[in-house]
Amino acid sequence: MSNQYIKQVVNQQYPYGFVTDIETDTFAPGLSPHVISQISKRKNEPEFMLAWRLRAYEHWLTLTPPKWAHLQYPEIDYQKIIYYSAPKVKKPGPNSLEEVDPTLIETYNKLGIPLHEQARLAGVAVDAVFDSVSVATTFKEKLAEKGVIFCSFSEAVKNHPELIEKYLGTVVSFRDNFFAALNAAVFTDGSFVYIPKGVRCPMELSTYFRINAANTGQFERTLIIADEDSHVSYLEGCTAPMRDENQLHAAVVELVALQKAEIKYSTVQNWYPGDAEGRGGIFNFVTKRGACRGKQSKISWTQIETGSAITWKYPSVILQGDDSVGEFYSVALTNHRQQADTGTKMIHIGKNTRSTIISKGISAGFGQNTYRGLVRVAPTALHARNYTQCDSLLLSKTCGAHTFPEIDVKNKTAHIEHEAATSRISEDQLFYCRQRGLTVENAVSMIVNGFCKQVFNELPMEFAVEAQKLLEVSLEGSVG
Amino acid sequence: MLTIRNLHASIQDEKQNTKPILHGINLDIQPGEVHAIMGPNGSGKSTLANVLAGRDHYQATMGEIFLQGENLLTLLPEQRAAAGLFLAFQYPVEIPGVNNMYFLKAAVNSLRKHRHLPELDAMDFLTLIKAKIKEAKMDEKFLHRAVNEGFSGGEKKRNEILQMLMLEPALAILDEADSGLDIDALQRVAEGVNSLRNSKRSIILITHYQRLLNYIIPDVVHVMIKGKIVKSGGKELALELEEKGYSEFINQVTA
Ligand SMILES: Nc1ncnc2c1ncn2[C@@H]1O[C@H](COP(=O)(O)OP(=O)(O)O)[C@@H](O)[C@H]1O
Ligand SMILES: [Mg+2]
Repeated sequence: MSNQYIKQVVNQQYPYGFVTDIETDTFAPGLSPHVISQISKRKNEPEFMLAWRLRAYEHWLTLTPPKWAHLQYPEIDYQKIIYYSAPKVKKPGPNSLEEVDPTLIETYNKLGIPLHEQARLAGVAVDAVFDSVSVATTFKEKLAEKGVIFCSFSEAVKNHPELIEKYLGTVVSFRDNFFAALNAAVFTDGSFVYIPKGVRCPMELSTYFRINAANTGQFERTLIIADEDSHVSYLEGCTAPMRDENQLHAAVVELVALQKAEIKYSTVQNWYPGDAEGRGGIFNFVTKRGACRGKQSKISWTQIETGSAITWKYPSVILQGDDSVGEFYSVALTNHRQQADTGTKMIHIGKNTRSTIISKGISAGFGQNTYRGLVRVAPTALHARNYTQCDSLLLSKTCGAHTFPEIDVKNKTAHIEHEAATSRISEDQLFYCRQRGLTVENAVSMIVNGFCKQVFNELPMEFAVEAQKLLEVSLEGSVG
Repeated sequence: MLTIRNLHASIQDEKQNTKPILHGINLDIQPGEVHAIMGPNGSGKSTLANVLAGRDHYQATMGEIFLQGENLLTLLPEQRAAAGLFLAFQYPVEIPGVNNMYFLKAAVNSLRKHRHLPELDAMDFLTLIKAKIKEAKMDEKFLHRAVNEGFSGGEKKRNEILQMLMLEPALAILDEADSGLDIDALQRVAEGVNSLRNSKRSIILITHYQRLLNYIIPDVVHVMIKGKIVKSGGKELALELEEKGYSEFINQVTA
């Protein structure tokens, strides 16, 4: 069987598993109102922020972790996690790259993310988040010329408190779920983007998240606001060192698209997945949601999820504005003992709202891959349309693929289409490729790439190439 | 070019049962020759092709196969391809999402790599494929579709011919290249094969129908019945078969 071929593929190690040795300012483990006020203090936050954090904390105390996902993992002891760890800075607030610690610059070089602007791919600005804080943001001046604000969340709280106060928590309330509440209480940094009216952001924006310190949780928060008639494409990448313990990453991303605005949000998630036996790896519990507030606005999520021991994530779109559009394109790969429970929610409220869901799940080894989706059409959403396609590819006999598509339609004029398919790489396909001279490895990765084509097509060029390579590496050692 | 000596082969099915199919095949093909292997359905023609190409679950239990002096039975399928063997499939498989041109480029360069030749860059490859697609009288649109996905039966067969023209094999095996083709498509396929004929290249045409042999004239015709070659002769043998059918041979074998 094809499993036997796939077995031949050799094991390769996670290439980003190194640790940077750097002096840090690190809290003792544990969570309390005191810890939260210390975080707020470290960041010189205005009072409304601390008040909001504490309200979130109070609410969090009343919650229990969600159990409905198709995931298995030991209970997390939230008092054992370190909630703040930042590289020590010689001077407060390094604003130019020259002031950034060379060790950090070197770390990002090793990850293939050169922070020096001249070395960057032209047309991509980067915000680099290291453990709990943002260490550098490139191309800030160039973006400022167009009125685009792209900075760390901490800076935005300081320099644009009115925007933060107006939008923070309006898409993902801290009441939303257990992890969203935790994030609101303790989040330390992240990226902030504001695109003014009528501006097409002149370059791709991206944030690169790196977990370095041990036993530390990363709780970042991203807020993107696209004002009327504006356009932005945003990319997110992530890696972490190899460790035997699990580490928690609980992020919140909020997107707001006003009238005729368009936000394209792409993620290449490559957190350390744990080893072949399932030791270690990141627990990735993320809440991502966008609100199409204005008429004819559009939000598009594209995600390539190859890393993490556990992924729990449902980038969603609330289609409030009439004629607004929501999209979700996803590739999730689980190999070895990885588990993913991911999907989307499309909430149709406005008239003529349209949504598209393309989900491609690949399972190998003992991986468990779940698609969980909700398409809801409110009574107000006249002529709403949704198209869902959700395909699974199984590469071993021991892996699993599961789909839980929920459809809840409260308006008769809605038009909903759902397609689903499960397939394996057939022996015929492998033999065909090999007869034409391709090795087993090349044949498997070509067939898998073909399976993901519709999603890769949605990624910006450079990242499509990166995603393909990532998939190849992640598939290696996929034992049948 | 190709020497097969006393080849016995079995197929292993899903339940791991072994079923002997080929019972002592001998074949000698010189460079430049075209051999036709004819026989009724189920006689083992495709099995022979699969054993030659090294498909999993098709096991040679006895005998030898040499292609240009190389012992094929010790090679992986991709190594056999690199050694110059090409199989045009009876049922070409679909590979969704994989662009036809991309697939061909990967195949060409993979073979070049096996043969220690430098890979073709995008420009050289494009020049080559444009020439070949013209030769195959195919539409360039083919190149931008996924491999065989949604192709009609005839398109799939012609795509096999295009691949063959691109890969320029030393030995091409065409398994039922004519099945399901209308007369125009059949002529195109024949033209493709004929254009590849030269003094260094050998071709095996597998068919149970002599129609194709009106367009591609074979040097030798073999009749295969129940896993054995029961008769070999010149091109006239095909016409004889057309007239009399296989029953005479089948009776011979079962007698
Ligand atoms: N995958 C398979 N598993 C089991 N038996 C097979 C398989 N493929 C072919 N056979 C059997 O092998 C014999 C020869 O088949 P084949 O080589 O396809 O004949 P031909 O190409 O001459 O029509 C037939 O009896 C057929 O049923
Ligand atoms: Mg056959």
